[in-house]
Amino acid sequence: MIVGGGLAGHRAAKALADDGFGGKITLVGDEPHYPYDRPPLSKKRLSGEIDDDACAYALDGLDEVEWRLGVAAKRLDLERRRVVLVDGAEIEYDGLVIATGRAARRWPNLPAIEGFHTLRSLDDCHALAAAATPGKRVVIVGGGFIGCEVAATLRGLGVDQVTIVELADQVLGPVGSEAGVRAAAVHRGNGVDVRSGVSVAGFDGQDRVEAVRLSDGEALAAEVVLLALGSVPNSEWLADCGLELAAGAVLCDEYCFAVGADDVVAAGDIAAWPLSDKHGVVSIEHWTNARDMGPTAARNLVAPPADRKPYTSVPTFWSDQYDLKIKSCGFVKGADRLTIVDEDPEKNALVVEAHRGDTLVGAITINRNRALLGYRRKLEEELSS
Amino acid sequence: MKIIVDTELCEAHGDCVLAAPEVFDLDDDENVVALLDPSPDESLRVKVEEAARMCPVSAIRVEG
Ligand SMILES: Cc1cc2nc3c(=O)[nH]c(=O)nc-3n(C[C@H](O)[C@H](O)[C@H](O)COP(=O)(O)OP(=O)(O)OC[C@H]3O[C@@H](n4cnc5c(N)ncnc54)[C@H](O)[C@@H]3O)c2cc1C
Ligand code: SF4
Repeated sequence: MIVGGGLAGHRAAKALADDGFGGKITLVGDEPHYPYDRPPLSKKRLSGEIDDDACAYALDGLDEVEWRLGVAAKRLDLERRRVVLVDGAEIEYDGLVIATGRAARRWPNLPAIEGFHTLRSLDDCHALAAAATPGKRVVIVGGGFIGCEVAATLRGLGVDQVTIVELADQVLGPVGSEAGVRAAAVHRGNGVDVRSGVSVAGFDGQDRVEAVRLSDGEALAAEVVLLALGSVPNSEWLADCGLELAAGAVLCDEYCFAVGADDVVAAGDIAAWPLSDKHGVVSIEHWTNARDMGPTAARNLVAPPADRKPYTSVPTFWSDQYDLKIKSCGFVKGADRLTIVDEDPEKNALVVEAHRGDTLVGAITINRNRALLGYRRKLEEELSS
Repeated sequence: MKIIVDTELCEAHGDCVLAAPEVFDLDDDENVVALLDPSPDESLRVKVEEAARMCPVSAIRVEG
């Protein structure tokens, strides 16, 4: 049984089906949609360049799967091996894949007025696309990847007044200031008002949001506010079930098994696991991780213990904004030194190496796709050696 | 075995290049996949199918 119909859940089901798994597969997902791809939601789907169908994952080979869509799992009973759904149904399992991913972080005590958006699901994307039309003033709270991607996409759609408010001194914190400074410059060059180093004090408006108040006293008029504040694990349904959570994520061993259970695995954004002695426990919110971890987790779940394979993966990430292809791999956060090794201002290209001590731990590139592949290879070899 | 790549879809992620360097590369501008061998030897099937599975935009199709 698989709970969560995102990328990790879909790939888990696909891996079992491809392997000729003879048992029954049930997939429970709280969204009404069959599994679909999230990265386009801030890019090509939001811009309208592609439609919903183009975001949907292929279902070939999954005819035997029983889909329970539009209904959330409410509780996990480890002892009785049952998942209780919100509609009261109980599903018994022999093995469980937890793949419930993450949700957009909410603003605490958000006033109950209209005009606020978050972006995690297809429905969110439709709502944002319908609201953020040319002529509207849009304030994006949070200058992370999703915030910056949406700003770029909206500018492309002809939305003139787009402001990003970022608490830190620099947007795109996870890729370091070298890439962040350049990305901010491109956003400004494209007419986005980038405010960094300032926080949001509150929101004004009666029935609809009218302004975003900043900590420096300024009020930014806005009809549409996107709260792009990062994400939180979808693990409320696992509270007190006996599984160990690490910052809300399901703590696993290196075989993707949830600590404290021998018939439960977790994969994708919801999982935390010990990557290596050097890196410790990690939780990775990248597409490639859900792609790779879903199949490994599902295969380990049904394999005899001796055939289980440890899960290792070099985190890799991409983000498209305007004509910038920003990519990173490895553990940039753990670096103590970022060095620019190549730059071509004409092409907006940049290569940054991330070192901890003498060791290369990651890299960030802008418009240098080939260079990133070299770093990925290097880091992968190191991790598997 | 015949390989078809949809270069309109391709976003130059390069996952295929890592999975099957014998068959895929990025073009000189690094912006799109370059198919080195559209009908690779059967011995490369596992790698090629892996490449198709890895592609973040499902731009690779394997026929036959
Ligand atoms: C707008 C956006 C843009 C992104 N862009 C990029 C990018 O450019 N590059 C990149 O590497 N990554 C990107 N990501 C991240 C990437 O999409 C995620 O890492 C990936 O989707 C994780 O897959 P997952 O299956 O673990 O979780 P999810 O995709 O979150 O899927 C989990 C599913 O489980 C469902 N669920 C949750 N709780 C329950 C419950 N109790 N019962 C039943 N079902 C439940 C959820 O509704 C969801 O359908 C982006 C994400 C978003 C939202
Ligand atoms: S993996 Fe897909 S997107 Fe990436 S280079 Fe290959 S074909 Fe293009």
